[in-house]
Amino acid sequence: MSTLEIRGLEVSVITEKGPIEILRGVDLTIASGETHAIMGPNGSGKSTLAYSIAGHPKYTVTGGTVTLDGANVLEMTVDERAKAGLFLAMQYPVEVPGVSVSNFLRTAATALRGEAPKLRTWVGEVKEAMNALNMDPSFSERNVNEGFSGGEKKRHEIMQLELLKPKIAILDETDSGLDVDALRIVSEGVNRAKEANSLGVVLITHYTRILRYIKPDFVHVFANGRVVEEGGSELADKLEEKGYAEYVGS
Amino acid sequence: MALLTTNYLTPTGREEAWRFTPLRRLSGLHDGSVSITDRKSLSSTGTLQKGVTFQRVSRELLSPQSVSEDVIVQRVHAEANDIALLEIAPNTKVSEIIHLQRLLTGPLGAELSRVRISIAENSQATVLVENSGEVVLGEDIEIYVGKGAELTFISLQEWDSASVYAARHHAMVDKDASFTSITVTIGGSLVRVLPTVDFLAPNSSAELLGVYFATEGQHFEHRIHVDHGVPNAKSRVNFKGALAGDGAHTVWIGDVLIRSAAEGTDTYELNRNLLLSDGARADSVPNLEIETGEIVGAGHASTTGRFDDEQLFYLMSRGIKMDDARRLVVRGFFAEIISKIPNETVQERLMNRIDDELTKAGA
Repeated sequence: MSTLEIRGLEVSVITEKGPIEILRGVDLTIASGETHAIMGPNGSGKSTLAYSIAGHPKYTVTGGTVTLDGANVLEMTVDERAKAGLFLAMQYPVEVPGVSVSNFLRTAATALRGEAPKLRTWVGEVKEAMNALNMDPSFSERNVNEGFSGGEKKRHEIMQLELLKPKIAILDETDSGLDVDALRIVSEGVNRAKEANSLGVVLITHYTRILRYIKPDFVHVFANGRVVEEGGSELADKLEEKGYAEYVGS
Repeated sequence: MALLTTNYLTPTGREEAWRFTPLRRLSGLHDGSVSITDRKSLSSTGTLQKGVTFQRVSRELLSPQSVSEDVIVQRVHAEANDIALLEIAPNTKVSEIIHLQRLLTGPLGAELSRVRISIAENSQATVLVENSGEVVLGEDIEIYVGKGAELTFISLQEWDSASVYAARHHAMVDKDASFTSITVTIGGSLVRVLPTVDFLAPNSSAELLGVYFATEGQHFEHRIHVDHGVPNAKSRVNFKGALAGDGAHTVWIGDVLIRSAAEGTDTYELNRNLLLSDGARADSVPNLEIETGEIVGAGHASTTGRFDDEQLFYLMSRGIKMDDARRLVVRGFFAEIISKIPNETVQERLMNRIDDELTKAGA
């Protein structure tokens, strides 16, 4: 049982014109097995929250705390956060030229597990994960995210989620750019990871569409860098109907 | 024979061709002050397939087929007593890589070396020259690719850290022939290679690939010159370099000349440099000179940058440590070209050497 606790998180981004405050005191608690949807309009700071928790160097934490089972996440390097059990599925996964998917996955698994996975079982593991996400076996010989379609990038992210077995995963707009079939396949992957590892999920999205496949236990409305309303899945239905208008400018 | 050196204009460092080169570190190859010994280091090891011969012939029997403005190449032409000649007979498909190596026995001292590689019409072969050990070496390798032939020429500069190597690798590519070169420079104190191409007849093509990795104090210079003097020839140039450590200096010059007769030319050249630490310097100068507008395409690109933070973040967010992430990115950067060397043992050796250099540089 793991808990990610975010308390009063304030984050700025450095620009040419000086620092700009994006997160203005975020409070969230995510426990194993729970699914939290974070919904909000463009520019509300949802992605900043995701990247800050993962430790992206572009963002500066100016206040608040983030702990995972009591350990101070903000003091950890990016790789240490992953080793502690955090995972970020990115909205725009990065191309790494010349590094094959199979090499990348094995290097990551070796780092996270503390030893290289046994080759025979590992090949089977990867094959199974790829099969489950309807990915062609030739995929593993391609370079990481290079020339991937939008859907392939997202499947690749979820494949990592299933293989690397984090405790808490943040999915940053994993639904964007997916057609109906791909959305279903990717959602099934997330649900498998939830069941297999009692994964805690933070699902960042604009739309309620993905919530038909991945049922949230909690819905948080995000606006102007903080959580402005919280509720159960019924809140998503309300947002679907009325939009974000009443939260913007608040 | 030493008198001949007075015929040359000794470079001062102000010439365009020499302005990047630390002349003092050339051990006197450029001004005739070095004493040349009769060492003949280039050797063929292993058995050669039928149709392939390697021998030494006297200079009287084989005069240079090309001229060079480079003073060291001129010295080699004037002073090398015999020529290492590798010949591939017509209509021969050489399936095994032809290996040439340096055997550094015999008299110590500087060496001037003339080499001719000649592949006759409609033949196919891959030649791998493995350069290692400690040398002061001026060399001219003339390569003739006969009609319809395909040659891949790979040169690995894995010299010891005190070595000086100044060379021209000059290809003359005949009708319907294709030439590919892969130039790898990762060892030596000063390495200056001139990969140059002349197209002798139409429908010929050349692809010049290269990687280099300079660490503390190393000067690696590659001056490409592709001369399009005939119609419908195609050239591609792609060199990738990395630098780490104080005083690491790389120079890449990409001269492409499209003469007025060279209608239908298709050329593109690319140089990318990865700066892995402060104190290193990469010069990159693409030059395109075009005398006819009737061409298929001509372009160039040059980039020099640091590690891509987004790539490192992505890898580290999957638990991979900073050092390992950097190693993956650098390996990946070079893989595009090194993976084209048709020998996995050599590929792995080069990649491991690159890892070692990276570790040594602490980058």
